[in-house]
Amino acid sequence: MAKPILEVKNLNKDFKVKSRKALFAKPNAVRVLQDISFQLREGETLSIVGESGCGKTTLGRCIVRGMSASSGEVLYRTEEGVAVDFLKLKGTESKRFRKDIQMIFQDPYSSLSPRMSVFDIISEPLIANFKLSKSEVEEKVSAIAEKTGLNVSYLKRYPHAFSGGQRQRIAIARALITQPRLIVCDEAVSALDVSIQAQIINLLKDLQEQFKITYIFISHDLSIVENISDRVAVMHLGRVVELAAVDSMFKQPGHPYTEALLSAVPQPDPDLKKTRIILEGEVPNPANPPSGCHFHPRCAYKTERCIKEVPALREVGDHHFAACHYADELTLRGARNEQGTGDGQ
Amino acid sequence: MTAEAVQTQQPLLRVRDLKIRIQMDNGVMNAVDGVDFEIRKGKTLGLVGESGCGKSLTSRALLSINPKECETSGTVAYLSSSEPGAAGKPLNLLSLDPNGRQIRSIRGRKIAMIFQEPMTAFSPMYTIGNQITEAILIHRTRNKKEAKKIALEMLSKVGISDQEKRFDQYPHEFSGGMRQRAMISMALSCNPELLIADEPTTALDVTIQAQVLELMKTLQQEFGMAILLVTHDLGIIAEMCDEVAVMYLGKIVEQAPVKEIFHNPKHPYTKGLLRSMPRLGGNKSKRLDSIEGAVPIPVNMPPMCGFYERCKDRMEGICNAQSVPATQISGSHTVRCFLYSDQHGGE
Repeated sequence: MAKPILEVKNLNKDFKVKSRKALFAKPNAVRVLQDISFQLREGETLSIVGESGCGKTTLGRCIVRGMSASSGEVLYRTEEGVAVDFLKLKGTESKRFRKDIQMIFQDPYSSLSPRMSVFDIISEPLIANFKLSKSEVEEKVSAIAEKTGLNVSYLKRYPHAFSGGQRQRIAIARALITQPRLIVCDEAVSALDVSIQAQIINLLKDLQEQFKITYIFISHDLSIVENISDRVAVMHLGRVVELAAVDSMFKQPGHPYTEALLSAVPQPDPDLKKTRIILEGEVPNPANPPSGCHFHPRCAYKTERCIKEVPALREVGDHHFAACHYADELTLRGARNEQGTGDGQ
Repeated sequence: MTAEAVQTQQPLLRVRDLKIRIQMDNGVMNAVDGVDFEIRKGKTLGLVGESGCGKSLTSRALLSINPKECETSGTVAYLSSSEPGAAGKPLNLLSLDPNGRQIRSIRGRKIAMIFQEPMTAFSPMYTIGNQITEAILIHRTRNKKEAKKIALEMLSKVGISDQEKRFDQYPHEFSGGMRQRAMISMALSCNPELLIADEPTTALDVTIQAQVLELMKTLQQEFGMAILLVTHDLGIIAEMCDEVAVMYLGKIVEQAPVKEIFHNPKHPYTKGLLRSMPRLGGNKSKRLDSIEGAVPIPVNMPPMCGFYERCKDRMEGICNAQSVPATQISGSHTVRCFLYSDQHGGE
């Protein structure tokens, strides 16, 4: 088994929200990440899925320190095998390791500066992190541009001259230029058209194979997640409610929320008659979360116990974790067995 | 449903040779370039394509709500049985004054539209109730109390609870899914014959999307309206539509009943789209088939197949030399590709 590269331990994040009651009242803290823990092994892809507002982007940003976490640890294991708490690094120390962890953002139209040429955009992290001569920089930029499928003769152009898919390639090139070991992809393909999406997913996979990169892939699209990931973490209202290998989870989910998410995906097959689980209502407000299991107001299997008791994330199968009181008793429907056998009718 | 049954359904809207040209600094853009389709009563037609293919412009042209810069030509024949003054006779919607009385009596009343962004489609300055009753007051009744009653009824139909309270709230107090529901209730408040839905669930989460699609299906059964569903998501198409038109670069490249499109796609672009989509429950380690290259910008395009540059089956000297005619493959399946055209005998 590959060695671990990142360990997130009991990560919490609070947002301060102004109270509406009085002008100078102390702001309320809303907990948007609650006790998140997971391990990441080198070269694997962990996807984080969930509805909007579940905290998946916040988690990604806390890991790259685009946001500071309220408490908890993000242990990064360097190539020499030394574990450092990434969140506590300061100054030059932090600079040394920051280049190892990069990020790709969702919207390629707003994540690239319109005033910088593509060459400047891609070379900026290189100049900030390494002392290199001009010709070395040029060499590295054109090498990476080639790897990501960008035409080297277009590097002097500005982002506005490129299409969405091309821009996302620029963003990927910028993330790759420092030779990172971990890349956080925050909805990296969501803004792209289907045919372009496939190109970018294939590119990410090829680069992973070539450079042994580890991905944290944040997405809401479960079909893409299934295609790209090794393991999946499902988030609901700031908590990880299920964490498992992708095959295990998509075959038999351990949490009713995962089951509902899987069943909600529209399938490109007009013959498929599936009994869809329609979740009632919407994501509860994190400022005023429901008692007990946060999912209970929308859950079809809820009992008295779910309303009172918060379920802990526990191992329910081989490396399969779920936060549901009844994970062992329930037989939930996955995505794999719907076709062919006529299961689920 | 068999192809013949689809064919015999009475059409409600017949679009012929719809063209939208936009003057650009560097030439003329043929954003929509000769589009033909029919929408049948009570049925759903899906218009699918990538961004920039002209699907939104097409749907908006039906109601003449495109910006002035769009030069529109062609006919949009509206064949309503209940249209006053023109019983049974087709009415060309494009020939009407876009600000005139007649088109305004159709907009919202006979043909309603829901938009992608429920946040920007509502005015933030008026309450939800105010905006829903506006349409009802124009088209159905002059009585404010009655209008409110209808609006409350519609809100409950789309599954919004506590309607009395919600009626007086502003759009920002609604969540995304609720806003989309409110918009649907507004569109359906005048009981339209045709609902144009432009990417109605793109901005929503999967779970909420499932709710909204389910809602649209139930309401369609209840009111018997036709739906023109504009989307880029083939999953939604498979689930919602009776017929599908695939658009690429301003042209409909393939049109067929939904099962035909998914089981027997003909056009290389349709095939490519279907292949490049990751499927739930599919083989995980498999590489996705992608369509190489990107959509060209249709400015000053010579007469040729728009998909030529990206097509694996392109035939030099044929596909890039002339514009492609539509070929009828079976009763209801047409495709715009030389591979199936008699003239060049393809395969």
